[in-house]
Amino acid sequence: MIEKTPEPTTIWLVGGVLVILAIATGAGQILKRRYDTVLNPAIVEQFHLRIRSWWIICSALAAAFILGRTATVILFGAISFFALREFITATPTRRADHRALFWVFFFFTPFQYVLVGFNMYDWYAVVIPVFGFLFIAGRIALAGDYKRFLQRIAVIQAGLMISVYCLSHAPALLTQDLPIADPSNSTTNQPAINLNGDSQTLTEETESSSQQRLNLEDKARLLFFFVLMIQLGDVAQYLWGKLLGRRVIAPEISGDRTWEGIFGGICTATVLGALLWWATPFHAWESATAAAIVTAIGFAGGMTMSAIKRDRGVRDYGTLVVGHGGVLDRIDSICFAAPVFFYLTRLLTSQ
Amino acid sequence: MRSTLGTQLTAGLLVGLARLLSGATSRWIDCQPDTCQRVYFANHTSHLDAITLWSALPRECRRLTRPVAAQDYWQKGPVRRYLSNKVFNALLIDRHNVKVHQSPIDLMIKAIGDTHSLIVFPEGGRTSGEEVGEFKSGLYYLSKKRPDLELVPVHMDNLNRVLPRGEFLPVPLLSCITFGPPIWLQAKEPKVEFLKRARESVIRLKDE
Repeated sequence: MIEKTPEPTTIWLVGGVLVILAIATGAGQILKRRYDTVLNPAIVEQFHLRIRSWWIICSALAAAFILGRTATVILFGAISFFALREFITATPTRRADHRALFWVFFFFTPFQYVLVGFNMYDWYAVVIPVFGFLFIAGRIALAGDYKRFLQRIAVIQAGLMISVYCLSHAPALLTQDLPIADPSNSTTNQPAINLNGDSQTLTEETESSSQQRLNLEDKARLLFFFVLMIQLGDVAQYLWGKLLGRRVIAPEISGDRTWEGIFGGICTATVLGALLWWATPFHAWESATAAAIVTAIGFAGGMTMSAIKRDRGVRDYGTLVVGHGGVLDRIDSICFAAPVFFYLTRLLTSQ
Repeated sequence: MRSTLGTQLTAGLLVGLARLLSGATSRWIDCQPDTCQRVYFANHTSHLDAITLWSALPRECRRLTRPVAAQDYWQKGPVRRYLSNKVFNALLIDRHNVKVHQSPIDLMIKAIGDTHSLIVFPEGGRTSGEEVGEFKSGLYYLSKKRPDLELVPVHMDNLNRVLPRGEFLPVPLLSCITFGPPIWLQAKEPKVEFLKRARESVIRLKDE
């Protein structure tokens, strides 16, 4: 996608993240050598796992950006596929659901990403919530097994919504057309206001300036910013929770998510979002608000997936089947926040 | 036996496809992959069982392991024939006309010689997947004639959801294949006792 050399903003953003990751990895190595005296080994282990998944997320995103828009859409499509597979494996289905599940995996999932890839917003916004919903219910009814009927269609629809529909809004950030709304970025392109009041030319010129679109690199940075905010919010929430956590939100669901952690996480993300405004097409206050909203929704996503896991009696989706990566564990907050961030950018960039 | 490039490519492709579709993880509990002569015996819930188990073995073991399969299913059509004869090197058993002078057990013993291993499904046919059915006596007679063979219990989990009975299109859920510690037929062990012990060794792996 980035045919020419990347813009300085992109280099600063990606380079900065890489430097931070390298420092974190180094710190982790030092901690590993001497953790038996300093820190709880479980925390160090957790830290290592997080750093490793960060490297994977960053390199996957970077590789996809370099390879292009299509590669990014395909990457997210593959992640959706693996997440959906973990979701459906963890939930009970019956024999009669087999055909419906086949279509869910081999039609609705790829189709959603094809629509996203071709930027057919009118369609990818409704195919799964409307047609998928009707199809699943109808197909299972045709199979003739009425036991726990509502529960079964709800489970399959929820899996499809969370791991495919919601997540597909992340690559949709790249494929959609976004106008440049920030006047400070586009003042140079604005025509000087004609004081003589030639309204004809004025409207024409405003129209031509509203044709200004964000280029692909701007949108790639936006996606990177989004993923970064979610991940940083996650880390901040974890650290604040460890430092100050007193009031556990829902001990039945998750023992280590506290109000202090969540509040600290949102505040940290807000500050970081404001500091990183230059990487986005937004004003500082807009990127701060976006970061705050996105992290808050991300926490809700993490809580939701924990609730599902508790209900199904699995600790994490990774250990559901030994040796699998646990894709769903890594992306639960991204899934929830992606559609919210998607509509937020539409709202903020619309005139 | 399997030497042409075509069959090797097909085998590689199938192994990849089977691993992707069944999302199979293999776990070895108190048992290591080995090229010694073995009989892998597993519960049977799906047409994918034989292929998935075979694919889950490391390449060196896979090369020496022959799934025992039903002739009526695997000789139907050129594709299945090619796969079973050339790629899996399956040992096909005629389920309908069992001849006295050439029993399936004799065929198996002749086919493995002193190098090959076997994959068998002692339940005799596919079950619904909730419970492991009663074992047929073949495993007993096989180890009576060849008591040196290691009998490795294998539990196939969730494959009945990937491709249940009566379906022909798979749904790519995750599944798990667990290999357990080998058992042997003990001296003078009665048939019923042995089959019960073998069945329990498979069931036990479900909760490991």
